[in-house]
Amino acid sequence: MIEQYLYLAAILFTIGAIGVMVRRNALVAFMSVELMLNAANLALVAFAWHHGSFDGQVATFFVMVVAAAEVVVGLAIIVSIYKTRRSTSVDNANLLNQ
Amino acid sequence: MNVVFWICAPLMVLGALGLVLFRKAVYSALSMALTMVNLAVLYASLDAPFLFAIQIIVYTGAILMLFLFVLMLVGVDTPDSIIETIKGQRVLSALGALGLLGLLVFSIGGAVTAPADTMEGATVAAGGNVEGVAQLLFGRYVWAFELTSALLITAAVGAMILAHAQRTRPKLGQRELADARMRAYATSGAHPGSLPNSGVFATSNSIATPALLPDGSIAQESVSATLTERGAQLDSAQLKELTAETFAGAQRVSDEEEEEL
Repeated sequence: MIEQYLYLAAILFTIGAIGVMVRRNALVAFMSVELMLNAANLALVAFAWHHGSFDGQVATFFVMVVAAAEVVVGLAIIVSIYKTRRSTSVDNANLLNQ
Repeated sequence: MNVVFWICAPLMVLGALGLVLFRKAVYSALSMALTMVNLAVLYASLDAPFLFAIQIIVYTGAILMLFLFVLMLVGVDTPDSIIETIKGQRVLSALGALGLLGLLVFSIGGAVTAPADTMEGATVAAGGNVEGVAQLLFGRYVWAFELTSALLITAAVGAMILAHAQRTRPKLGQRELADARMRAYATSGAHPGSLPNSGVFATSNSIATPALLPDGSIAQESVSATLTERGAQLDSAQLKELTAETFAGAQRVSDEEEEEL
């Protein structure tokens, strides 16, 4: 019963990983990271259900808090990069390379 | 529970694939919203009504709105280029993802042996789902909970600092603008007063209508340069002819009326 949730979480996590590796728009890559976080959340909630304890749900709650903080800072970074370089492609952010 | 899973899971996978495959970032964000809402339903099916509400409020409500706002800021219609900059990146990442999926699937395969011990007992013992989460949150995990407040404050301050833009030149007030206008009048003879208003014709008085000067030429300053650039500027010569015809027609009618009297 719980396996199907875990398989779904694994599939979502993999799709998110593909997004991070392939997409070059920083925003889409960032959304893929969010997808990976959510896949981990699903596994946590499924395990909480399986073990009949609230610890997994509390862990999910904390992951959501951290994700919210991360999105705020990450989007601010993307906006400030866009302000100076007029692009959100991760390929163009290569100032340290030059 | 099973029915809910088999309805939501395919939709979630579809949404996740859409997030990766759509070339326009707005479509990606919307398919992510689909995934998030379905995930919330799955939380509900796993006896986590508190997380169900939080998922909808925080993810689809706050985080995705933030993504959409930033998308509006940085330009919605800039599709990702599909040219590979690193040779063989797609193939390698597909291989890596397959490996990751295999690893995860095989480890899940034999991991769960004990029968499920559903949330029912814990929920009844705690007196409800929210109560159960709260007991842990303000009991065993209270220190982590306090730390999240520090994290949130830091994130808010960090976002404000990152989004802050320093003024590179002082702000021009009314006084400075008036001075600049008078200086321009003194040096180049530019008219210091307001710009001419747009043309008024029998069939059009929109701001895209250029005014005509007494010699019949167009007063360039009467139409915003943006409108001219977009090609929205109307043809004043044609409008002038139309206006003349209309006036002639009106004149004829009034002449006829006078004759009748």
